[in-house]
Amino acid sequence: MSGMKVHTKINGDPVEFMCEADESLLDVLRNRLNLTGAKEGCSTGDCGACSVTVDGRLTCSCLVLGVEAEGHDIGTIEGMAEGEALHPLQKKFIEHAALQCGICTPGFLIAAKSLLDKNPDPTETEIRFGLAGNLCRCTGYDKIVRAVQDAAQEMRKTSAKASAKKAAPAKKRVAAAKSRTSQKKRA
Amino acid sequence: MPLDNPTNVKRKFDVVGSRPNRPDGIDKVTGRAKFGADASAPGQLVGRILRSPHAHARIKKIDTSKAEKLAGVKAVVTRADFPDHTDGDNALYDTMCNVMAREKAFYEGHAVAAVAATSASIARQALKLIKVDYEVLPHVTDVDEAMKPNAPLLHDDMFTDGVDPKPKKPSNIARRFEFGHGDVEEGFKQADIIVERSFKTEATHQGYIEPHAALASMSPDGSGELWCCTQGHYMVRDVCSRILGIDISRLRVTQSEIGGGFGGKTTVFIEPVALALSRKANRPVKVVMSREEVFKASGPTASTSIDIKIGVTKDGLITAADGTFRYQGGPFQGCSPAEFGGMSAFAQFHLENVRAVAYDVVANRPKTISYRAPGAPMANFAVESVIEELAHKLGMAPIDFRIKNAAREGTKSSYGPVYGPIGLGATLEAAKNHPHFKAPLGAHQGRGMAAGFWFNFGGQSCVSLNIPIDGSVTVSVGSPDIGGSRAAMCMMVAEELGIPYEQVRAIIADTSALGYNDVTDGSRTTFATGMACIMAARDAMKKLCQRAAATWGIPEEAVTWENGHAKPAGANAGNFAPLSLKEIAQASPGTGGPIAGHHEYSADGAGVSFATHICDVEVDKETGATKIVRYTVIQDAGKAVHPAYVEGQFQGGAVQGIGWALNEAYIYGKDGRLQNAGFLDYRIPVCSDLPMIDTQILEIPNPGHPYGVRGVGETSIVPPLAAIANAVAAATGVRFTELPMSPPVVLKGMDDAKAAGKSKAA
Repeated sequence: MSGMKVHTKINGDPVEFMCEADESLLDVLRNRLNLTGAKEGCSTGDCGACSVTVDGRLTCSCLVLGVEAEGHDIGTIEGMAEGEALHPLQKKFIEHAALQCGICTPGFLIAAKSLLDKNPDPTETEIRFGLAGNLCRCTGYDKIVRAVQDAAQEMRKTSAKASAKKAAPAKKRVAAAKSRTSQKKRA
Repeated sequence: MPLDNPTNVKRKFDVVGSRPNRPDGIDKVTGRAKFGADASAPGQLVGRILRSPHAHARIKKIDTSKAEKLAGVKAVVTRADFPDHTDGDNALYDTMCNVMAREKAFYEGHAVAAVAATSASIARQALKLIKVDYEVLPHVTDVDEAMKPNAPLLHDDMFTDGVDPKPKKPSNIARRFEFGHGDVEEGFKQADIIVERSFKTEATHQGYIEPHAALASMSPDGSGELWCCTQGHYMVRDVCSRILGIDISRLRVTQSEIGGGFGGKTTVFIEPVALALSRKANRPVKVVMSREEVFKASGPTASTSIDIKIGVTKDGLITAADGTFRYQGGPFQGCSPAEFGGMSAFAQFHLENVRAVAYDVVANRPKTISYRAPGAPMANFAVESVIEELAHKLGMAPIDFRIKNAAREGTKSSYGPVYGPIGLGATLEAAKNHPHFKAPLGAHQGRGMAAGFWFNFGGQSCVSLNIPIDGSVTVSVGSPDIGGSRAAMCMMVAEELGIPYEQVRAIIADTSALGYNDVTDGSRTTFATGMACIMAARDAMKKLCQRAAATWGIPEEAVTWENGHAKPAGANAGNFAPLSLKEIAQASPGTGGPIAGHHEYSADGAGVSFATHICDVEVDKETGATKIVRYTVIQDAGKAVHPAYVEGQFQGGAVQGIGWALNEAYIYGKDGRLQNAGFLDYRIPVCSDLPMIDTQILEIPNPGHPYGVRGVGETSIVPPLAAIANAVAAATGVRFTELPMSPPVVLKGMDDAKAAGKSKAA
């Protein structure tokens, strides 16, 4: 066949594949690499069910050719959880009943993660516009927005704790130094 | 069994009413869940369908010879591959004609041939090589035009049913229905105020995000397997086998996860074609619709034309209600939901004199299929718009006018039956007391409301429940889980058996594993299949008690089941330590073998459902764009098994209604071709269009269910059309009688009203 060889990284792993010139990245992911988490809802970039990231940027994989992925880093829903540990967004989507049929869910999760990566503390309006490229026909979006709000809050708490931990030893050092200074002064 | 005495309805629950995580949640957030297009088979071919470019045409000849010769093409099918096995079943014959056109193509997108090839590009090339010789015929797509005496006829042999005497001249009116009671003419004589208005609504699509997909594999021995996304795989099995002329038991259908349906996946489109291709090619064939095909060739809902006349006395009592409902349902009879439209239109009122006449009309559009509460939203839009206008004429608050005339327990409904306990009054009162109702409005804002009704359905369900030796429980159901029903099934089984929710797993079994299950429609699954789960659990419980009785050597009747344990009762109470489900299951190999519970039946007693919606809109006077600023759904659920998913049904239905009211419409050109077959031009609501959708669940128990459950899925799409139209009227002073109320329509309406006001002043 007249395919082309393409070299990419998918969810962190090096992946090489052969594809025809007329195949979209979505076709390649689903039909050649068996990564069927990205869905085809329209193939015209209107529904967002095929959302992936290309070098960290939110992209409709139906609008990118497979050959255009050459040399790029692709992120799909299959790479979102770390082993058994779900991403906070995945957890909150389940807890908030933010999915009914679930066909749009992978796309929403990729889009929501992409939003929170850029803006960890979005307003409701920012969430609504951040997710406006993804269609959901079941939920009316209410529970999706709430799940993203809740996940964002949890992620902020976690990162605050993490930075507090990092910062803690430094603070101690400063405190110790201060106390030394005051002792000196007293002396 | 449905309980005769409502006091028997259980009202104290341990599991039901809580909000556990759904069992299929992790699969769905990790991309692991397999939907229709996610399956593949070794050696599979790509199936593609050739569709008519004409709205109406006679198919004189189909030449497939060139396509067949193309390298990589393994099968081509046309009408010649679908000999008529339908045996006088008209509905089945029409379904067959719809999946593959016979004498005529009835709409743009109608399937005329299909190919199976080794790749998508070869399949595409092959379609171009098929020569179809069409004789283009005059077409009609508008419902009122289709009813005119000189309209282009779709069928020479369609003589309106339900009219006496039966007409001698054929027409596009398939059937006339009439519902009601009393004497409307007499009722209008008693009225002080009468409002009479005409309405039109355009066709809308269910808009499920997952296109139809099927993977078919037929063997030379005539047996077959089919994987597809559907709301009812038993229906798919029966319809496909009958169309293809094979024994029903030889076709095994497995349903994939389903990416939305809303009624649109309650019939077959590509499934028989995939099977026919596979039979001819002797290889598995996968057919997946494109989004354009979904819009043009699946089953949207009807477009309508409706006249409403309602009369009231000065003190606000309705004396008569009369309506004519014309529903266009595509090219075949019995497909439009005209009957449900006519039946449901006035169902929320207590009326002495009421009449609804409904017409099922054919036209050159895709064959319609159910869309969430089929037929009711359009009728409700017309009726509740007139109700609002009457209230204003009376100088009465619309909410009080509705409360005064509301149907209640004992009301003879407009479609016949007398209501048992119903929740309409409660939803109206709750609306009146809701903070939303009293909240101040901003500039250019208006508030509207509407109340709506849906019948709900029971139907056939068959459930098997198995308890392996570790005491975990698997419940196999045949109702596709379209929005979280597996969780509800597990909850009801856990509730009955008195065990934790996590101990129960629900799976959707394929068609070879269980008896027939009706499609997931009519808001039936949590009600009917859920009740079968409860009964199967009770059946298993009885067997668990038998095993305990045998172990203890006491009579069966002397054992009761409490909190997940068999306990000796009566004279034996306290004589033996209770046995847990796990202990009985562990011992089962030695006490009589596996323990299972079953239930199969056809459920009656689905309680009717009512909802009241309140909506605030803001209309941009410059552009005519309407923004929903606040929305509240109040609905009776009987008993909410998993309240989060009940809220989800309320919210999802409301938002589909918002799309229908404001933007969504099938737009046809003069050539009879659909001009907006894509999500860019057929605009469903997106996240940034909407506010949060507030919900209030009321629980007026349905006496027909052991827990009081009513179906909740459909009612929520009924009131939004009218609620929004009433809110837009309040915001602009203009009443819109046609949907959708898209920005150009609203802008023109406001401009026309302004011009009319000026000319009046002059």
